[in-house]
Amino acid sequence: MTRTTWIFLGWFTALIATCGSLFFSDVMMLPPCTLCWWQRIAMYPLVFVLGTALLTDSSEAHRYGLPLSLAGMLVAIYHNLLYYHIIPESLAPCRSGVSCTTVQLEWLGFVTIPLLSLAAFALLNLCLFNVARKRPT
Amino acid sequence: MKSNRVLLMVTVFCVTVGVLLLAARWYRQREGARLAAVATAPNGQERLVRDYAPWKGAANGKVTIVEFFDPECESCRAAHPWTEALLQEFSGQVRLVLRYAAFHPNSKFAIQVLEAARLQGRYWETLEVLFQHQPEWGSHHHPQPERIWTYLPQVQGLDVERVRRELQSETTSRAIMQDAMDGEALGVRMTPAFFVNGKPLENFGQDPLRAMVIEALR
Repeated sequence: MTRTTWIFLGWFTALIATCGSLFFSDVMMLPPCTLCWWQRIAMYPLVFVLGTALLTDSSEAHRYGLPLSLAGMLVAIYHNLLYYHIIPESLAPCRSGVSCTTVQLEWLGFVTIPLLSLAAFALLNLCLFNVARKRPT
Repeated sequence: MKSNRVLLMVTVFCVTVGVLLLAARWYRQREGARLAAVATAPNGQERLVRDYAPWKGAANGKVTIVEFFDPECESCRAAHPWTEALLQEFSGQVRLVLRYAAFHPNSKFAIQVLEAARLQGRYWETLEVLFQHQPEWGSHHHPQPERIWTYLPQVQGLDVERVRRELQSETTSRAIMQDAMDGEALGVRMTPAFFVNGKPLENFGQDPLRAMVIEALR
């Protein structure tokens, strides 16, 4: 795949993730927990950052994209560890509002919102690492 | 090449957002149908209108408006005149039933005050005063629920000391819990939530609510 294709795939992933999270919060009215908000903060700008990179043929896309996607993935990993009770909840930073470990949705028995987020960030990192590897010629 | 890419991006963007909007429509319709089914099911009437719930208006009116509300919620305060206007405009035909959705930190306290006032037959007057002063006692940045005591003397004929004595009530706690469970079953996630003869109000607003009442009166 070419560098542009990888950026495109990353942009598309961020777009789907953004739309999906808006669907959960604003259509299904599931309130986002604190950790979800941190992941949103990392995800939403990627639509614009990678979109702009595509439109301007930027050779720097990964420099702007990776900080967001890596930070987002760290939060997503932490969220999933909490969510699946691999680390105890007493360490969770969210005490008021929605608990970060409330299972609000489960598709096919294992697809949950934090897992979707982790998958999206993992895919984004894959794309952006490939972008970084394939320097424009 | 470049213009192809722009075209592709615009297409992908529009398709994705389009799918989101379509999915939103589909979901809302399905949810609406599901909730309508809950409300019209044999036990749905019971979920909507519990016999202990405060009500006013026409006891055997053709239209029953059920409002899930929270005394600490600003929108409920804003929507309070809507139901008052409807009760006046369609007097003798409309009944208003209030249910609680205690979503805020001090909602429970405010509800306890209301229910204690109800024992003295001063429910609606007290609600009026609580709503009137809500910005002061229920401010999100600086809630001061204890200030409610300073407004209660404004309610004509209310024995404030008796309210204090009768504040803690098992009946009220049970009502709040039952209302929360019914609200959950009926899909109440925000307040105020209106049901007109069991049908949820789809577009939030005074005019849509009035239109639903007129429709139900036909």
